[in-house]
Amino acid sequence: MSSLTRRGALMLGAGMTLTLVAVDEGAATPAEADAEIAKFTGGNAAESGKIAIDLPDIAENGNTVPLAIKVDSPMTADDYVSEIRVIGDANPNAGIVRFHLTPMSGRAEAATRIRLGGTGTVTVLAKTSTGKFYAERKEVKVTVGGCGG
Amino acid sequence: MAEKPRLRVPSEAKKGDIIQIKTLMSHPMETGYRKDEAGKPIPREIINSFVCTFNGHEVFRADLEPAISANPYFEFTVKVEDSGTFAFAWVDDNGTVTTAEQSIAVS
Repeated sequence: MSSLTRRGALMLGAGMTLTLVAVDEGAATPAEADAEIAKFTGGNAAESGKIAIDLPDIAENGNTVPLAIKVDSPMTADDYVSEIRVIGDANPNAGIVRFHLTPMSGRAEAATRIRLGGTGTVTVLAKTSTGKFYAERKEVKVTVGGCGG
Repeated sequence: MAEKPRLRVPSEAKKGDIIQIKTLMSHPMETGYRKDEAGKPIPREIINSFVCTFNGHEVFRADLEPAISANPYFEFTVKVEDSGTFAFAWVDDNGTVTTAEQSIAVS
């Protein structure tokens, strides 16, 4: 907790809860994450090397983990990334977030902050207007008990 | 009721510029997995949808799940060709809609 921001302060209170989540509900299994991935791609093969995922290797506070995504795409009216799906296998629900983009987005980029209940793999999928699918994975170690600051 | 959302939108840009927008909305994003002191489950209450439109056209939308951190933050880009107004809307599980607007001058 090097730079305690207003947001950081809010997180402190919620810090305990992720451990409870893990105990009470368990995490989504890799199989559940895979099912969520298949739901997005419809079983189509997904190309790798098109998505850059910016996530820390080690997240000290699983309550707020910065995530930034960049997809290699011309983002023209004929060829753009229409949807980005984020899936994790260490949360009670495999689904994390879904972004809908348009050619007006200019670049296929989005960033947010996510909760990770434990160490696991985050998968980012993208779908283009031309019907292509891209996928990339990133392993994140989550330090449990990041509550004390 | 939540406090006013925070927006970071450039006030001006050149035609064809790709600008970056940042938004921060104050909300607990209660997951539905926590229990209160009496051991009773705390019902889920999250913002489940965020939409940004420019002059009435949707430019960015997010479907949020409980794995989005409290006080949802988003960063995204928009290519601007004309002056106009960005409208933002956050919808939570209770149907509460919070909106905000910001205009940009494009030359």
